Amino acid sequence: MNTSSLFSPKTEISRGLYIGLSISSVLAVLLVWCLLTYGGYMPPDFLATPLEVLRAGLEHVSDLSLFGHMGSSLTVILSGFLLASVLAVPLGILMGSFRAVQAFLEPITGFMRYIPVSALIPLLILWVGIGIEQKIMVIFLGTFFQQLILISDVSARVSKDLIDCAYTLGATRGQVVWRILLPACMPGVMDNLRVTMGWAWTYLVVAELVAANSGLGYMILNAMRGLFTDVILLGVFTIGILGLMTDFLFKWLRQRLLPWSADF
Amino acid sequence: MSLLSIQDVTVRFEPKGKPAVLALDNVSLDVEHNTFSVIVGPSGCGKSTLLRLVAGLEAPTSGRLDLDGKPIVGPSADRGMVFQSYTLFPWLTVRENVMFGPKLKGLPKSEVEDIADRFIAAVHLKGFEKSYPKELSGGMRQRVALARALANDPRILLMDEPFGALDSQTRQLMQELLLEIWQEQRKTVLFITHDIDEAVFLGDEVHVMSARPGRFSRTLSIDIERPRGIDVLTSPAFMEYKREILSLMHDEAVRAQMA
Repeated sequence: MNTSSLFSPKTEISRGLYIGLSISSVLAVLLVWCLLTYGGYMPPDFLATPLEVLRAGLEHVSDLSLFGHMGSSLTVILSGFLLASVLAVPLGILMGSFRAVQAFLEPITGFMRYIPVSALIPLLILWVGIGIEQKIMVIFLGTFFQQLILISDVSARVSKDLIDCAYTLGATRGQVVWRILLPACMPGVMDNLRVTMGWAWTYLVVAELVAANSGLGYMILNAMRGLFTDVILLGVFTIGILGLMTDFLFKWLRQRLLPWSADF
Repeated sequence: MSLLSIQDVTVRFEPKGKPAVLALDNVSLDVEHNTFSVIVGPSGCGKSTLLRLVAGLEAPTSGRLDLDGKPIVGPSADRGMVFQSYTLFPWLTVRENVMFGPKLKGLPKSEVEDIADRFIAAVHLKGFEKSYPKELSGGMRQRVALARALANDPRILLMDEPFGALDSQTRQLMQELLLEIWQEQRKTVLFITHDIDEAVFLGDEVHVMSARPGRFSRTLSIDIERPRGIDVLTSPAFMEYKREILSLMHDEAVRAQMA
């Protein structure tokens, strides 16, 4: 039996084949889309054609409204995400390495991470109103508890030997936290920020569900009322592309900031 | 007065819901200044626990440990340690790793750099100062770990199976390098291993340990002239020491199985 064929697990394939397969999957989706729409299998109310989406895109770009929506969405996402990260990174690192902090935070975190954010929207409206704060809070709540768990796990997995070794080199407890624990957590922290950034994008429509007057989520919800499937798809694509861009940004930052770290 | 004195040390682990384990049973040991002492024993005999006690990373259930006549309470820079696992700080370059200890001591920058360069040269890693640990092989990493521990100028160097994860060729080279450095510095070393060849090749004194409960069964003074090269490994004297330790450990293993 040949164990290095295309069909055996964990076998490398050529770069050309890899790129070719990637392109063909995108083309396949595009082809099915064209068939469904131009072939007349789907009424335009159900699914806009690629050209219609392109036209909607050009329209929204030329009157700059797409950039306005992108701006408000990015403000909401980045504010919520930064707020969550600023709190979750230090707390998570402490939670993973100090049993007392873990004992204190774990019950609440364990409980909250299973609550769907959408279930909290009525309370959020009651407490913080319907302004941008409410939208930021949705992103915050959606990412914070997940980040806390993931980062505490990163911190828990820092090798005890690394810490013991620093002690035998004369480090104090404070120095062990700042000079060993913190840098040792950084690759894992960056990886998990990247993952949770992706999750933050998926909360966008939920965040802009209530009383929004701009944003990509709002654009989609608004287009739904008139069954403007071209605008809906435009919104979906824009979110996908922005999400992809933030992902690349994190990948780039990690390589830039942590060149010493083993795996990317 | 010996540099390190371990007296009647007992360590009992009491894991929840499991029977208590007597890891070390009334163990005593003296390590003299400028000697190379080796503790050899099977895995699970408590030799690593003993080394961690000396490092101050753990505390004994009873008994006392003194360095220079002062009781050991917690870790400190006067007891440097090289671990079996790779413990270089991955975010620091080779040079920064070696500078870690001297820097914490607050020595002036130029002195810290001099020390680092000297010890990097001693472990034959000139040219790798700016490399990160991920770019080094296992043997090279342990050489840096050795340089880092020595750069801190500890009173005693503790080595916990430092070459245990290396392949046998690299391990032999590391042993020779360690002896070469030791020949110059005469730093007091307490070295732990389960490898009898390694113990006899390196040590002035070899303390043989038995398992469950961990205690010393015998101490041998290795009367083989230094500097020692690989030809020592096939000499009759070496073979005789090896045979003696082997049979000692074998008898202990049989006894432990029967018990």
